[in-house]
Amino acid sequence: MLPLAAPFATANAAVTLDRVSRVYGSFAALRNVSLTLPEGASVVVLGENGAGKSTLLRMLAGLLTPSYGAVLLFGAPPREQLHRLAYMSHAPMLYDELTGAENLRYFAGLQASPASLTVEEALSRVGLDPALPRRVGEYSQGMRQRASLARVLLQQPDLLLLDEPFSNLDVSSARHMVELLGEYTTIANAEGRPRTLLLTTHQAELARPLAQTTITLEAGRLKPAAA
Amino acid sequence: MTYLGHLLAHLRKDLRLEWRARDSVNGMLFFALLVVVVFALAFDPTAYPTIARQISGGLLWVGLLFASMTALNQSWSRELRNGVLDAHRLAAAPASAFFAGKALANFLFVTAVEVVLAPVFAVLYNLHPLGRTSVLLVILPLGTWALVGNGTFFAALSLRTRNRELLLPLVLLPISAPALLAMIQATTAVLTGESEPGLWINLLIAYDIVFTTLCVLLFDFVLRED
Repeated sequence: MLPLAAPFATANAAVTLDRVSRVYGSFAALRNVSLTLPEGASVVVLGENGAGKSTLLRMLAGLLTPSYGAVLLFGAPPREQLHRLAYMSHAPMLYDELTGAENLRYFAGLQASPASLTVEEALSRVGLDPALPRRVGEYSQGMRQRASLARVLLQQPDLLLLDEPFSNLDVSSARHMVELLGEYTTIANAEGRPRTLLLTTHQAELARPLAQTTITLEAGRLKPAAA
Repeated sequence: MTYLGHLLAHLRKDLRLEWRARDSVNGMLFFALLVVVVFALAFDPTAYPTIARQISGGLLWVGLLFASMTALNQSWSRELRNGVLDAHRLAAAPASAFFAGKALANFLFVTAVEVVLAPVFAVLYNLHPLGRTSVLLVILPLGTWALVGNGTFFAALSLRTRNRELLLPLVLLPISAPALLAMIQATTAVLTGESEPGLWINLLIAYDIVFTTLCVLLFDFVLRED
Protein backbone atom coordinates (compact mmCIF):
# COMPACT_ATOMS: atom_id res chain seq x y z
CA MET A 1 0.00 0.00 0.00
CA LEU A 2 2.58 2.58 1.06
CA PRO A 3 6.05 3.22 -0.33
CA LEU A 4 7.80 2.65 2.98
CA ALA A 5 5.45 0.07 4.42
CA ALA A 6 7.47 -2.98 3.48
CA PRO A 7 10.47 -2.59 5.85
CA PHE A 8 8.12 -2.08 8.78
CA ALA A 9 5.47 -4.54 7.78
CA THR A 10 5.53 -6.52 11.03
CA ALA A 11 5.77 -3.62 13.47
CA ASN A 12 2.97 -1.61 15.07
CA ALA A 13 2.69 1.69 13.28
CA ALA A 14 3.56 4.82 15.21
CA VAL A 15 2.93 7.01 12.18
CA THR A 16 0.70 6.37 9.21
CA LEU A 17 0.11 8.82 6.38
CA ASP A 18 -2.29 7.72 3.71
CA ARG A 19 -2.18 9.75 0.48
CA VAL A 20 -1.77 13.00 2.38
CA SER A 21 -1.69 16.34 0.61
CA ARG A 22 -1.64 19.83 2.05
CA VAL A 23 -2.55 22.72 -0.18
CA TYR A 24 -2.11 26.44 0.57
CA GLY A 25 -4.16 28.32 -1.99
CA SER A 26 -2.76 27.10 -5.30
CA PHE A 27 0.49 25.78 -3.77
CA ALA A 28 0.75 22.15 -2.69
CA ALA A 29 3.27 21.86 0.17
CA LEU A 30 2.76 18.09 0.38
CA ARG A 31 1.55 15.92 -2.48
CA ASN A 32 0.05 12.50 -2.04
CA VAL A 33 2.47 11.36 0.66
CA SER A 34 2.01 7.84 1.99
CA LEU A 35 4.19 6.54 4.76
CA THR A 36 4.18 4.05 7.60
CA LEU A 37 6.68 4.16 10.45
CA PRO A 38 6.77 1.51 13.17
CA GLU A 39 7.09 2.24 16.87
CA GLY A 40 10.74 2.62 17.74
CA ALA A 41 11.74 4.02 14.35
CA SER A 42 14.34 6.74 14.25
CA VAL A 43 13.75 8.67 11.06
CA VAL A 44 15.52 11.62 9.53
CA VAL A 45 13.61 13.62 6.93
CA LEU A 46 15.85 15.44 4.51
CA GLY A 47 14.92 18.05 1.96
CA GLU A 48 15.63 21.49 0.64
CA ASN A 49 13.92 24.58 2.01
CA GLY A 50 10.29 24.51 0.93
CA ALA A 51 10.28 20.76 0.33
CA GLY A 52 7.43 20.29 2.81
CA LYS A 53 9.37 19.05 5.87
CA SER A 54 7.86 21.50 8.34
CA THR A 55 4.38 20.98 6.90
CA LEU A 56 4.81 17.25 7.37
CA LEU A 57 5.86 17.64 11.00
CA ARG A 58 3.13 20.17 11.82
CA MET A 59 0.61 17.78 10.37
CA LEU A 60 1.92 14.92 12.46
CA ALA A 61 1.74 17.17 15.53
CA GLY A 62 -1.90 17.91 14.78
CA LEU A 63 -1.21 21.60 14.19
CA LEU A 64 -2.29 21.31 10.55
CA THR A 65 -5.00 19.19 9.06
CA PRO A 66 -4.41 17.52 5.70
CA SER A 67 -6.27 18.92 2.72
CA TYR A 68 -6.60 15.35 1.46
CA GLY A 69 -5.79 11.96 2.94
CA ALA A 70 -5.46 10.78 6.52
CA VAL A 71 -2.84 11.01 9.27
CA LEU A 72 -2.80 8.52 12.12
CA LEU A 73 -0.50 8.33 15.14
CA PHE A 74 -0.61 5.04 17.00
CA GLY A 75 -3.81 4.28 15.10
CA ALA A 76 -5.68 7.47 16.02
CA PRO A 77 -5.84 11.05 14.75
CA PRO A 78 -2.99 13.24 16.06
CA ARG A 79 -5.31 15.41 18.17
CA GLU A 80 -6.27 12.32 20.18
CA GLN A 81 -2.64 11.41 20.80
CA LEU A 82 -1.32 14.74 22.06
CA HIS A 83 -0.38 13.14 25.37
CA ARG A 84 1.99 10.79 23.52
CA LEU A 85 3.84 13.29 21.36
CA ALA A 86 6.06 16.32 21.70
CA TYR A 87 6.91 18.77 18.97
CA MET A 88 9.82 21.15 18.67
CA SER A 89 9.62 23.72 15.88
CA HIS A 90 12.10 26.24 14.42
CA ALA A 91 10.83 28.72 17.00
CA PRO A 92 11.72 27.91 20.63
CA MET A 93 8.06 27.97 21.79
CA LEU A 94 9.16 29.65 25.04
CA TYR A 95 8.34 33.02 26.59
CA ASP A 96 11.15 35.57 26.27
CA GLU A 97 10.26 37.19 29.61
CA LEU A 98 10.61 33.98 31.66
CA THR A 99 13.76 32.05 32.55
CA GLY A 100 14.32 28.61 31.07
CA ALA A 101 13.28 26.92 34.32
CA GLU A 102 10.15 29.08 34.69
CA ASN A 103 9.15 28.26 31.12
CA LEU A 104 9.61 24.55 31.60
CA ARG A 105 7.73 24.53 34.92
CA TYR A 106 4.82 26.36 33.30
CA PHE A 107 4.59 24.06 30.28
CA ALA A 108 5.04 20.93 32.40
CA GLY A 109 1.94 22.01 34.34
CA LEU A 110 -0.14 22.08 31.16
CA GLN A 111 0.39 18.41 30.35
CA ALA A 112 -2.03 15.61 31.10
CA SER A 113 0.39 13.69 33.31
CA PRO A 114 3.25 14.74 35.57
CA ALA A 115 6.53 15.24 33.72
CA SER A 116 8.84 12.23 33.56
CA LEU A 117 11.89 14.39 34.19
CA THR A 118 12.21 17.25 36.63
CA VAL A 119 12.83 20.68 35.15
CA GLU A 120 16.34 20.61 36.59
CA GLU A 121 17.08 17.21 35.01
CA ALA A 122 15.76 18.27 31.62
CA LEU A 123 17.80 21.48 31.58
CA SER A 124 20.95 19.76 32.83
CA ARG A 125 20.66 17.11 30.12
CA VAL A 126 20.77 19.73 27.40
CA GLY A 127 23.68 21.48 29.08
CA LEU A 128 21.85 24.45 30.57
CA ASP A 129 22.20 25.55 34.17
CA PRO A 130 18.74 25.20 35.81
CA ALA A 131 19.59 28.03 38.21
CA LEU A 132 20.51 30.42 35.41
CA PRO A 133 18.62 33.63 36.25
CA ARG A 134 18.70 34.93 32.66
CA ARG A 135 15.44 35.20 30.77
CA VAL A 136 15.05 33.28 27.51
CA GLY A 137 14.98 36.59 25.64
CA GLU A 138 18.58 37.06 26.76
CA TYR A 139 19.69 33.58 25.63
CA SER A 140 21.79 33.00 22.55
CA GLN A 141 20.10 31.18 19.64
CA GLY A 142 21.86 27.96 20.61
CA MET A 143 20.73 28.21 24.23
CA ARG A 144 17.15 28.81 23.09
CA GLN A 145 17.35 25.72 20.94
CA ARG A 146 18.60 23.66 23.87
CA ALA A 147 15.94 25.05 26.21
CA SER A 148 13.37 24.15 23.59
CA LEU A 149 14.72 20.61 23.45
CA ALA A 150 14.54 20.42 27.25
CA ARG A 151 10.86 21.40 27.01
CA VAL A 152 10.02 18.50 24.72
CA LEU A 153 12.15 16.03 26.66
CA LEU A 154 10.32 16.80 29.92
CA GLN A 155 7.46 14.43 29.14
CA GLN A 156 9.67 11.73 27.57
CA PRO A 157 6.98 11.28 24.90
CA ASP A 158 6.40 8.16 22.81
CA LEU A 159 6.80 10.18 19.62
CA LEU A 160 9.26 13.04 19.34
CA LEU A 161 8.93 15.40 16.36
CA LEU A 162 11.84 17.80 15.84
CA ASP A 163 11.94 20.40 13.11
CA GLU A 164 15.51 21.43 12.23
CA PRO A 165 16.83 20.84 15.77
CA PHE A 166 20.46 21.56 14.85
CA SER A 167 19.89 24.75 12.88
CA ASN A 168 21.23 27.22 15.45
CA LEU A 169 23.78 25.00 17.17
CA ASP A 170 27.54 24.87 16.83
CA VAL A 171 28.98 21.49 15.90
CA SER A 172 29.81 20.34 19.45
CA SER A 173 26.36 21.32 20.77
CA ALA A 174 24.74 19.59 17.83
CA ARG A 175 26.74 16.41 18.50
CA HIS A 176 25.69 16.54 22.14
CA MET A 177 22.08 16.83 21.01
CA VAL A 178 22.51 13.85 18.69
CA GLU A 179 23.85 11.81 21.61
CA LEU A 180 20.91 12.82 23.77
CA LEU A 181 18.42 11.90 21.09
CA GLY A 182 20.23 8.62 20.50
CA GLU A 183 19.80 7.80 24.20
CA TYR A 184 16.16 8.81 24.02
CA THR A 185 15.40 6.31 21.27
CA THR A 186 17.04 3.45 23.15
CA ILE A 187 15.05 3.92 26.36
CA ALA A 188 11.65 2.22 26.35
CA ASN A 189 8.57 4.00 27.63
CA ALA A 190 6.68 3.10 30.84
CA GLU A 191 4.88 0.26 29.02
CA GLY A 192 8.16 -1.14 27.74
CA ARG A 193 7.50 -0.01 24.18
CA PRO A 194 10.15 1.68 22.05
CA ARG A 195 10.08 5.43 21.46
CA THR A 196 9.84 6.91 18.00
CA LEU A 197 11.87 9.85 16.72
CA LEU A 198 11.24 11.84 13.58
CA LEU A 199 13.37 14.85 12.79
CA THR A 200 13.84 17.09 9.80
CA THR A 201 17.14 18.61 8.87
CA HIS A 202 19.18 19.76 5.95
CA GLN A 203 22.37 18.86 7.85
CA ALA A 204 22.39 15.21 6.86
CA GLU A 205 25.90 14.52 8.16
CA LEU A 206 25.08 15.64 11.69
CA ALA A 207 21.93 13.54 11.85
CA ARG A 208 23.53 10.42 10.38
CA PRO A 209 23.95 8.60 13.75
CA LEU A 210 20.19 8.94 14.32
CA ALA A 211 19.17 7.95 10.83
CA GLN A 212 17.90 4.41 11.19
CA THR A 213 15.84 5.40 8.18
CA THR A 214 16.28 8.41 5.95
CA ILE A 215 13.54 9.76 3.79
CA THR A 216 13.75 12.67 1.41
CA LEU A 217 11.09 15.17 0.48
CA GLU A 218 11.34 16.92 -2.84
CA ALA A 219 8.79 19.57 -3.82
CA GLY A 220 6.28 17.99 -1.45
CA ARG A 221 6.75 14.44 -2.71
CA LEU A 222 8.35 11.59 -0.84
CA LYS A 223 11.44 9.90 -2.19
CA PRO A 224 12.47 6.76 -0.31
CA ALA A 225 16.19 6.55 0.36
CA ALA A 226 18.49 3.99 1.90
CA ALA A 227 19.61 4.53 5.50
CA MET B 1 -4.01 19.50 37.66
CA THR B 2 -7.58 20.74 38.14
CA TYR B 3 -9.30 23.24 35.84
CA LEU B 4 -8.83 25.93 38.48
CA GLY B 5 -5.17 24.97 38.78
CA HIS B 6 -4.69 25.42 35.04
CA LEU B 7 -6.53 28.73 35.08
CA LEU B 8 -4.38 30.02 37.94
CA ALA B 9 -1.19 28.83 36.21
CA HIS B 10 -2.12 30.85 33.11
CA LEU B 11 -3.10 33.85 35.22
CA ARG B 12 0.17 33.74 37.19
CA LYS B 13 2.14 33.46 33.97
CA ASP B 14 0.39 36.48 32.40
CA LEU B 15 0.84 38.57 35.55
CA ARG B 16 4.51 37.64 35.66
CA LEU B 17 5.02 38.48 31.97
CA GLU B 18 3.35 41.86 32.46
CA TRP B 19 5.28 42.56 35.65
CA ARG B 20 8.52 42.01 33.76
CA ALA B 21 7.61 43.70 30.49
CA ARG B 22 5.12 46.31 31.78
CA ASP B 23 4.06 47.12 28.25
CA SER B 24 0.30 46.53 28.46
CA VAL B 25 -0.50 48.50 31.62
CA ASN B 26 1.86 51.36 30.80
CA GLY B 27 0.48 51.68 27.27
CA MET B 28 -3.12 51.55 28.45
CA LEU B 29 -2.57 54.04 31.26
CA PHE B 30 -0.82 56.51 29.01
CA PHE B 31 -3.53 56.24 26.38
CA ALA B 32 -6.43 56.55 28.86
CA LEU B 33 -4.86 59.54 30.61
CA LEU B 34 -4.29 61.19 27.27
CA VAL B 35 -7.95 60.76 26.29
CA VAL B 36 -9.17 62.12 29.63
CA VAL B 37 -6.84 65.13 29.55
CA VAL B 38 -7.56 65.96 25.90
CA PHE B 39 -11.33 65.91 26.51
CA ALA B 40 -10.90 67.98 29.69
CA LEU B 41 -9.03 70.60 27.68
CA ALA B 42 -11.56 70.52 24.85
CA PHE B 43 -14.72 70.82 26.96
CA ASP B 44 -13.62 72.68 30.11
CA PRO B 45 -15.88 70.50 32.28
CA THR B 46 -15.26 72.51 35.48
CA ALA B 47 -17.22 75.43 34.00
CA TYR B 48 -20.29 73.26 33.31
CA PRO B 49 -20.65 70.75 36.16
CA THR B 50 -24.08 69.52 35.04
CA ILE B 51 -22.96 68.81 31.50
CA ALA B 52 -19.75 67.27 32.85
CA ARG B 53 -21.83 64.79 34.90
CA GLN B 54 -23.89 63.92 31.84
CA ILE B 55 -20.98 63.21 29.52
CA SER B 56 -18.37 61.90 31.96
CA GLY B 57 -19.68 58.33 31.94
CA GLY B 58 -19.36 58.18 28.18
CA LEU B 59 -15.89 59.73 28.13
CA LEU B 60 -14.60 57.39 30.82
CA TRP B 61 -15.85 54.19 29.18
CA VAL B 62 -14.90 55.14 25.63
CA GLY B 63 -11.41 56.04 26.88
CA LEU B 64 -11.16 52.70 28.70
CA LEU B 65 -12.49 50.78 25.71
CA PHE B 66 -9.87 52.17 23.35
CA ALA B 67 -7.13 51.85 25.95
CA SER B 68 -8.01 48.22 26.67
CA MET B 69 -7.86 47.38 22.98
CA THR B 70 -4.16 48.24 22.91
CA ALA B 71 -3.57 45.79 25.74
CA LEU B 72 -5.74 43.04 24.27
CA ASN B 73 -3.70 42.84 21.09
CA GLN B 74 -0.50 43.03 23.12
CA SER B 75 -1.51 40.14 25.36
CA TRP B 76 -1.90 37.80 22.36
CA SER B 77 1.17 39.09 20.57
CA ARG B 78 3.21 37.53 23.37
CA GLU B 79 1.71 34.16 22.53
CA LEU B 80 2.61 34.50 18.86
CA ARG B 81 6.23 35.45 19.57
CA ASN B 82 8.53 32.41 19.46
CA GLY B 83 5.61 30.22 18.36
CA VAL B 84 4.40 29.79 21.95
CA LEU B 85 0.80 29.53 20.80
CA ASP B 86 1.63 26.19 19.15
CA ALA B 87 2.76 24.86 22.53
CA HIS B 88 -0.67 25.79 23.89
CA ARG B 89 -2.40 24.13 20.97
CA LEU B 90 -0.52 20.93 21.81
CA ALA B 91 -1.10 21.13 25.55
CA ALA B 92 -3.55 18.86 27.30
CA ALA B 93 -4.81 21.68 29.52
CA PRO B 94 -8.32 22.90 28.61
CA ALA B 95 -8.24 25.74 26.10
CA SER B 96 -10.98 27.57 27.97
CA ALA B 97 -8.74 27.75 31.07
CA PHE B 98 -6.13 29.45 28.88
CA PHE B 99 -8.75 31.95 27.72
CA ALA B 100 -10.13 32.52 31.21
CA GLY B 101 -6.65 33.03 32.68
CA LYS B 102 -5.79 35.59 30.03
CA ALA B 103 -9.14 37.37 30.31
CA LEU B 104 -8.72 37.55 34.10
CA ALA B 105 -5.21 38.95 33.70
CA ASN B 106 -6.50 41.57 31.26
CA PHE B 107 -9.31 42.37 33.70
CA LEU B 108 -6.75 43.01 36.44
CA PHE B 109 -4.64 45.18 34.12
CA VAL B 110 -7.62 47.34 33.11
CA THR B 111 -8.75 47.52 36.75
CA ALA B 112 -5.28 48.75 37.73
CA VAL B 113 -5.60 51.48 35.10
CA GLU B 114 -9.06 52.40 36.42
CA VAL B 115 -7.70 52.70 39.96
CA VAL B 116 -5.18 55.28 38.76
CA LEU B 117 -7.51 56.94 36.27
CA ALA B 118 -10.60 57.37 38.48
CA PRO B 119 -9.18 60.00 40.88
CA VAL B 120 -7.51 61.89 38.02
CA PHE B 121 -10.80 61.83 36.16
CA ALA B 122 -12.77 63.03 39.20
CA VAL B 123 -10.37 65.95 39.75
CA LEU B 124 -10.08 67.03 36.10
CA TYR B 125 -13.85 66.92 35.58
CA ASN B 126 -14.64 68.27 39.07
CA LEU B 127 -17.05 65.39 39.58
CA HIS B 128 -19.38 65.18 42.59
CA PRO B 129 -21.77 62.31 41.91
CA LEU B 130 -25.34 63.04 42.90
CA GLY B 131 -26.34 59.37 43.06
CA ARG B 132 -24.96 56.54 45.24
CA THR B 133 -21.22 56.48 44.51
CA SER B 134 -20.86 52.97 45.96
CA VAL B 135 -22.86 51.60 43.01
CA LEU B 136 -19.87 52.46 40.81
CA LEU B 137 -18.04 49.63 42.57
CA VAL B 138 -20.53 47.27 40.91
CA ILE B 139 -20.67 49.02 37.53
CA LEU B 140 -16.91 49.33 37.03
CA PRO B 141 -16.04 45.61 37.39
CA LEU B 142 -19.09 44.51 35.38
CA GLY B 143 -18.30 46.98 32.60
CA THR B 144 -14.61 46.12 32.64
CA TRP B 145 -15.36 42.41 32.35
CA ALA B 146 -17.72 43.11 29.44
CA LEU B 147 -14.85 44.87 27.65
CA VAL B 148 -12.05 42.43 28.37
CA GLY B 149 -14.00 39.16 28.21
CA ASN B 150 -15.18 39.78 24.66
CA GLY B 151 -12.03 41.68 23.81
CA THR B 152 -9.75 38.80 24.80
CA PHE B 153 -11.83 36.40 22.74
CA PHE B 154 -12.01 38.53 19.61
CA ALA B 155 -8.34 39.49 19.86
CA ALA B 156 -7.57 35.76 19.78
CA LEU B 157 -9.94 35.29 16.87
CA SER B 158 -8.15 37.94 14.85
CA LEU B 159 -4.69 36.61 15.77
CA ARG B 160 -3.96 34.88 12.52
CA THR B 161 -5.22 37.66 10.31
CA ARG B 162 -2.80 40.05 8.66
CA ASN B 163 -4.52 43.24 9.86
CA ARG B 164 -5.37 42.13 13.37
CA GLU B 165 -4.92 45.59 14.90
CA LEU B 166 -7.56 46.92 12.51
CA LEU B 167 -9.83 43.90 12.71
CA LEU B 168 -10.21 43.90 16.50
CA PRO B 169 -12.02 47.25 16.80
CA LEU B 170 -14.10 46.47 13.72
CA VAL B 171 -15.39 43.30 15.34
CA LEU B 172 -15.34 44.30 18.98
CA LEU B 173 -17.05 47.69 18.83
CA PRO B 174 -20.37 46.53 17.32
CA ILE B 175 -20.52 43.52 19.63
CA SER B 176 -19.71 45.65 22.67
CA ALA B 177 -22.33 48.28 21.79
CA PRO B 178 -25.07 46.95 24.13
CA ALA B 179 -22.60 46.64 27.01
CA LEU B 180 -21.13 50.04 26.28
CA LEU B 181 -24.61 51.57 26.30
CA ALA B 182 -25.42 49.86 29.60
CA MET B 183 -22.19 50.87 31.34
CA ILE B 184 -22.42 54.48 30.14
CA GLN B 185 -26.08 54.81 31.13
CA ALA B 186 -25.49 53.18 34.52
CA THR B 187 -22.48 55.42 35.24
CA THR B 188 -24.34 58.54 34.08
CA ALA B 189 -27.31 57.60 36.29
CA VAL B 190 -24.99 57.46 39.31
CA LEU B 191 -23.22 60.72 38.42
CA THR B 192 -26.38 62.74 37.72
CA GLY B 193 -28.66 61.03 40.25
CA GLU B 194 -31.54 61.54 37.82
CA SER B 195 -32.45 57.89 37.38
CA GLU B 196 -31.84 54.44 38.88
CA PRO B 197 -29.00 52.45 37.31
CA GLY B 198 -30.62 49.09 38.24
CA LEU B 199 -31.96 48.24 34.77
CA TRP B 200 -28.60 48.97 33.12
CA ILE B 201 -26.70 46.97 35.74
CA ASN B 202 -29.01 44.01 35.12
CA LEU B 203 -28.37 44.34 31.39
CA LEU B 204 -24.62 44.35 32.05
CA ILE B 205 -24.90 41.24 34.23
CA ALA B 206 -26.90 39.44 31.54
CA TYR B 207 -24.43 40.54 28.84
CA ASP B 208 -21.47 39.34 30.89
CA ILE B 209 -23.04 35.96 31.58
CA VAL B 210 -24.11 35.31 27.98
CA PHE B 211 -20.88 36.43 26.33
CA THR B 212 -18.54 34.87 28.89
CA THR B 213 -20.33 31.54 28.45
CA LEU B 214 -20.09 31.77 24.66
CA CYS B 215 -16.42 32.74 24.75
CA VAL B 216 -15.52 29.90 27.11
CA LEU B 217 -17.44 27.36 25.03
CA LEU B 218 -16.06 28.52 21.68
CA PHE B 219 -12.45 29.24 22.57
CA ASP B 220 -11.32 25.68 21.95
CA PHE B 221 -12.26 26.07 18.25
CA VAL B 222 -10.44 29.41 18.05
CA LEU B 223 -7.25 27.96 19.53
CA ARG B 224 -7.14 24.65 17.67
CA GLU B 225 -8.11 25.96 14.23
CA ASP B 226 -5.14 25.73 11.86
